[in-house]
Amino acid sequence: MLAAIGVGSVQEIIDRQIPEAVRLDGKLDLPEGLPEQDVYVHLRALAERNTSAEEQLSFLGAGMYDHYVPALIDMLTERSEFLTPYTPYQPETSQGGLQVMFEYQTAISELTALPVSNASVYEGPSAVAAAAYLAKLNNGGRRLVASAGLHPHTIETLQTYAHGYGMEVVEVPLREGVTDLDAWAQAIDSETSAAIFAQPNFYGAVEDAASLSAAVTGAAGGAAAAGGDGDAGGGRPLVVAQVDPITLGILKPPGECGVDVAVGEGQPLGNRLDFGGPSFGFFAAREESLRRMPGRIAGETVDVDGRRGFVLTLQTREQHIRREKATSNICTAQALNALAGVVYLTWLGRRGIVELGELLLARTHYARETLARLQGVEKLHEQPVIREFAVRLDADVATVRRRCAQQGVNPGVDLQALSGRAEDSGGLLVAITERRSRADIDRLAEVLGAAVAAEREAVSV
Amino acid sequence: MSAASGNRLHADPGIDTHPSTNGGPQGIAGEPRATPAAGSQASTIFQKGAPGRRAFVCPPLDVPAADGQELLPAGHRRSEPPRLPEVSEPEIVRHYVGLSKRNFDLDSGFYPLGSCTMKHNPRLHERVASLPGHARLHPLQDPERAQGALELMWNLQGALAEISGLPHVSLQPSAGSHGELAGVLLTRAYHEDRGETRRRVLTPDTAHGTNPATVTMAGLEVVVLATDEAGGVDLDDLRAKADSDVACLMLTNPNTLGLFDPNIEEIAAIVHGVGATLYYDGANLNAVMGLSRPGDMGFDIVHFNLHKSFTQPHGGGGPGSGPIAVSERIAPFLPRPLVVRREDGTFDLDYERAKSIGRLRGFQGNYGCFVRAYAYICSLGGDGLKDASETAVLNANYLLARLSEQGVAEHLPRAFGELCMHEFVLSGGPMKRALGVKTLDLAKRLLDFGFHPPTVYFPLLVEEALMIEPTETESKETLDAFADAIAAILREAAEDPEIARNAPYTTPVRRLNEVAAAKRPVIRQALD
Repeated sequence: MLAAIGVGSVQEIIDRQIPEAVRLDGKLDLPEGLPEQDVYVHLRALAERNTSAEEQLSFLGAGMYDHYVPALIDMLTERSEFLTPYTPYQPETSQGGLQVMFEYQTAISELTALPVSNASVYEGPSAVAAAAYLAKLNNGGRRLVASAGLHPHTIETLQTYAHGYGMEVVEVPLREGVTDLDAWAQAIDSETSAAIFAQPNFYGAVEDAASLSAAVTGAAGGAAAAGGDGDAGGGRPLVVAQVDPITLGILKPPGECGVDVAVGEGQPLGNRLDFGGPSFGFFAAREESLRRMPGRIAGETVDVDGRRGFVLTLQTREQHIRREKATSNICTAQALNALAGVVYLTWLGRRGIVELGELLLARTHYARETLARLQGVEKLHEQPVIREFAVRLDADVATVRRRCAQQGVNPGVDLQALSGRAEDSGGLLVAITERRSRADIDRLAEVLGAAVAAEREAVSV
Repeated sequence: MSAASGNRLHADPGIDTHPSTNGGPQGIAGEPRATPAAGSQASTIFQKGAPGRRAFVCPPLDVPAADGQELLPAGHRRSEPPRLPEVSEPEIVRHYVGLSKRNFDLDSGFYPLGSCTMKHNPRLHERVASLPGHARLHPLQDPERAQGALELMWNLQGALAEISGLPHVSLQPSAGSHGELAGVLLTRAYHEDRGETRRRVLTPDTAHGTNPATVTMAGLEVVVLATDEAGGVDLDDLRAKADSDVACLMLTNPNTLGLFDPNIEEIAAIVHGVGATLYYDGANLNAVMGLSRPGDMGFDIVHFNLHKSFTQPHGGGGPGSGPIAVSERIAPFLPRPLVVRREDGTFDLDYERAKSIGRLRGFQGNYGCFVRAYAYICSLGGDGLKDASETAVLNANYLLARLSEQGVAEHLPRAFGELCMHEFVLSGGPMKRALGVKTLDLAKRLLDFGFHPPTVYFPLLVEEALMIEPTETESKETLDAFADAIAAILREAAEDPEIARNAPYTTPVRRLNEVAAAKRPVIRQALD
């Protein structure tokens, strides 16, 4: 090989190109390489120092949930043909991946009742920030009205991005567990680019999505169409909802509530927890937004012989064509995770997603009522809940959680530790999945009740 | 199939083949099948199944039955279920396994997609990432019960700091473009902290599209830098445009032409001289691991693509992961939380970072990708990483030499330079003029030979560009087979350019009408 190149050594190839002053003197200061079996042992030892949902009865949620991932998802996502290609730049030889994107887009459109879906974005909170950019391109407004019911990570992500966009985030408080409708309506003005809420919200409450949407369109006069098709500045504020997709079998979909853009975290759909990622974000919108969407979109077409096929379409939106005028900088997204998502939705099916929703609804209600009967535990709000709910403990949450952990139970998320809000003091956020049976919930009640009682007693002494 | 292409589908029988390129979905490399894959029109999963069919069995209702309408009032309820498919598990498996066979993939054949670093993905990484202690670990698990995960992240941060020569690392960004956004926002924060408002970011005309797109999203203005005759940054243009309004220069080194910029020290001096920062797009890091470090070249901010240099599988377009490493002066602004090591040796997440730009996403980043990248670094060690880069450079130069032979070079000359780093760019301009075959045609014909084509029509400054990155995990035999295939296609084109112009013939579908797809977009299955 060296002879063909016409050099004496690999070093010569390097030395002739990298100036001496910036060549690395000596070696990288990293451990020696290891045989495969030793790497396995090291990585397994690290895994064993984590307490996974396999080893603890866990009610953690707040954005990611311990749903069951069916075995066929592992089988399909580990297939070389899905695992190892890249973005389908050559459609003739990427029909599998492109058709998966097309099916995924169909499933997300069905779930959200919005006609246009892309093929995935990174994950939940950054999907909200991407929706805000769509709004900016759409109407040129400078303000983002954000419900305090959004996940704290979403609000913080939105603030980070908004600084880059040259926009400001205005937070609207909650009242009785849901977005304060009056404050929401008042916050919307002629400078508002998007109004954003979560469904269900961070505290588990089901929001009145239709009224929140109507307040936006009404406050802005309602006459101006969302979108327009000219330059920024034409449209009214967009209504953006961050939605938990697992609830959409039973919850009125955003497209039927007046929502313009529905985004969210796709992890509940067949993706494992993975300490927070990779998962996928979904992004669905109305027809008018199609040409301002971020990310890949698969479209149907035919080949020269008239056979049905799929391609990446509307690429003139994208960074590799449009560069600084692109509608987003996103390139690599979450194709494999989106595959898991569409396979999961197919596995659940039309009836299963409703049955699962009803099961979560019933168990979540049972869990909330059961915990609220404990001494020193009360509901944080009375709003309907579907898969997660908040209670307030009359005891230090961190200590109570430690006591529960000693019994092998993780009772949920310490609300104040996550949100940093003073009003969340004492709050515990409890998530229910189909893996948490009635017996598990009863066990939680027993352990949590004892921990709260013990903690109250310890403090009083 | 069109009649014009009827009997002309066999490649030169003298072409070498190699096991690693055999058996792709299109058949044997170098021996394309004479007919397209059989089969009728593609059906989506939504067109299959029947009402009532299902795979999922819902756990029984084990809590007291309550009135569902009372728990969720009608005003909040969905009136009709979403029209998801109604199919059995065997139907799902058949459908998606069938779709998988309509994909070309790296495990089946050579995939020299320039700037994408399609190197082998060791299966160990999938095994360790699937261990329940990693895969079923909740992101809000208490740090004292996630010490293994935090230690892994700490170790990975340390390794990336060493590889880049920059001391502080955030693993949070989700992909390269997300890392770029972090980098530009960090630059803004750095200047704003000094009381400066700088509005412009310099990007060479060879830059990846993500660079200028990111600059716009971060609220700054793109200024394009010219490329000099040697393929590097045009220093005169840089000097003319570098002023006190410049926030940053975003540079890929080696650049997208596969060239290490020989003037990198001077570039850094000019950029720092006007108070701007220097950003390293890590897409091409695979060329220099253990050979040269961005921090030593003068860069302030680097992003890594764990799905490129560090073997996270590309997944058909993600997941990726885009950690960033920065110099001391940028460190106060890094996203939060950061993984830290406390004095007692335990690991924790640090949110108390007053100057942080904030979050770019939920939780701590794509941990599953960290596990794979860390396993890779543990397997190779420092010397192994250097070996990987050296072999990537050797492979690229060998393939370049093979494609510089007579019969190829006159049609596909090298755009810039003599030697290259880990990739190189050829121009299909002469081929187009002499043979009437475009780069697109050559790419499509390569599919019939069982190869994934290189990146085409990028970088934009090269006419009919072909950007070729073989990576270190390909054998000499594979590189030879690919070079032979290119030569064979050019010989074939000299005799009859129609063959390439109508290619491919052996893929599940033939050339697709992309114009029609964009004109009247159909982006979901019509449902009853």
